[in-house]
Amino acid sequence: MTTLVRPQFHPQLLAQALKRACALVAVALVTGCATTGPASKDDPLEPMNRALFEVHDAVDTAVLRPAAQAYVDVVPQPLRQGVSNVFNNINDFFSGINGVLQGKLDKAGDDFGRVLLNTAFGLGGIFDLASMVGIERGNEDFGQTFGVWGFPQGPYLFIPVVGPTTVRDGAGLAVRFVWGPNYYVNEEALRWSIYGIGYLDLRSEALDASKVVDTAALDRYTFIRNAYLQRRRYLVYDGKPPPEPEE
Amino acid sequence: MSRFERFAHLRAALQSARRYFRCHLLMAALFIAAPALAQEAPDAIVKRVANDVITTIKSDPAIQAGNEARIREVLEAKLLPNFDFTRMTALAMGKNWRTATPEQQKRVTDEFRALLVRTYSGALNNYRNETIDYKPLRMSPADTDVTVRTVVVRATGSPIPIDYNMTKTPDGWKCYDVIVGGVSLVTNYRDEFNDQVQKGGVDALIKTLSDRNRGVAAK
Repeated sequence: MTTLVRPQFHPQLLAQALKRACALVAVALVTGCATTGPASKDDPLEPMNRALFEVHDAVDTAVLRPAAQAYVDVVPQPLRQGVSNVFNNINDFFSGINGVLQGKLDKAGDDFGRVLLNTAFGLGGIFDLASMVGIERGNEDFGQTFGVWGFPQGPYLFIPVVGPTTVRDGAGLAVRFVWGPNYYVNEEALRWSIYGIGYLDLRSEALDASKVVDTAALDRYTFIRNAYLQRRRYLVYDGKPPPEPEE
Repeated sequence: MSRFERFAHLRAALQSARRYFRCHLLMAALFIAAPALAQEAPDAIVKRVANDVITTIKSDPAIQAGNEARIREVLEAKLLPNFDFTRMTALAMGKNWRTATPEQQKRVTDEFRALLVRTYSGALNNYRNETIDYKPLRMSPADTDVTVRTVVVRATGSPIPIDYNMTKTPDGWKCYDVIVGGVSLVTNYRDEFNDQVQKGGVDALIKTLSDRNRGVAAK
């Protein structure tokens, strides 16, 4: 990976930013809720989250974003698409499980059908034949399942490298990781390489979105939080969220 | 009176009659066309404008070369007249809209509009042969507020649903919110606007917006 990021990698800058960010985290943890400011009801831990966002931003600017950009620049699109499809194929399987857990058997059927088709005839998921014939992805995950089961989303969290989440979605992510096939890969180097490529895949898909946030946001922290919470609410309600009460 | 003069009179009369007639023809055309334009259905507007903008982007060599100023020109001419920025800004400001003076309301609206144009012209640079599916519109003739649903299908990646909330105005249907994959633009700005107003009043919001428009990076 170091070869990929070499052109934009500045270790001193990163160290400096991290030092500053760590100081901020410390301050936030000490002052905690004493910090006044316009608090959002979904984000009671805002001071801590903001500090963690700074940490993430430093790492993202110095390493993650340039690495994802290099991945896009170096690896040809069809190959990246294949990589993306393989990860999505595994995700579709878990989407199917979550469809069952939520009692959405139609969706689960589509997801399992997708996995069968793509695994058997799409060379282990490299080709997404199911999308070509119009079988839609269920897009379910454990965080949504907990939501459908009635668990409250809990406080918003910003975790460096992972990104925006909530207590509920974070728990879902943890379940997904422990159940995910990669968790059981014994060879450590291989396991981390797979995580690394999976991360590059996700981060590279968000590069355009990052540019939009850079232009559109007055305050990137708030902008990302609001977009994330809206998006999750939309997914939990399968694209038909009830109108939110006006203040 | 010479024959020539008589002829001149006749010609003048004929000309004025023609002008008169042409003027009436124009008025008649306007009267027939105006209600037709005003009544263009909201989904028809979205479809027409999207097709128009996409066709222009695809065929304009300056835009293909990445000229953002030219993209902005196209947006100004074709897209923006179909938005109700005042309503959009009022919704994003929520209760703070009523405490702002008309002068402040106008400045926030102008700056917000400029910010959205900047964002959109940047995003359209990423346009790569997507196609748009239009969902059937469910509305009754008495409706004054509807949602036009579309799905942007990409060659790679999942399809992105984009909804347009539209309101009926005397100038026809205008869009006042865009919802991309469940994320409403207006809702997303509500907290941001409110934070700014809490910090330093409406003037702080105006200042932050204009800073961003002049290229000062956000935190």
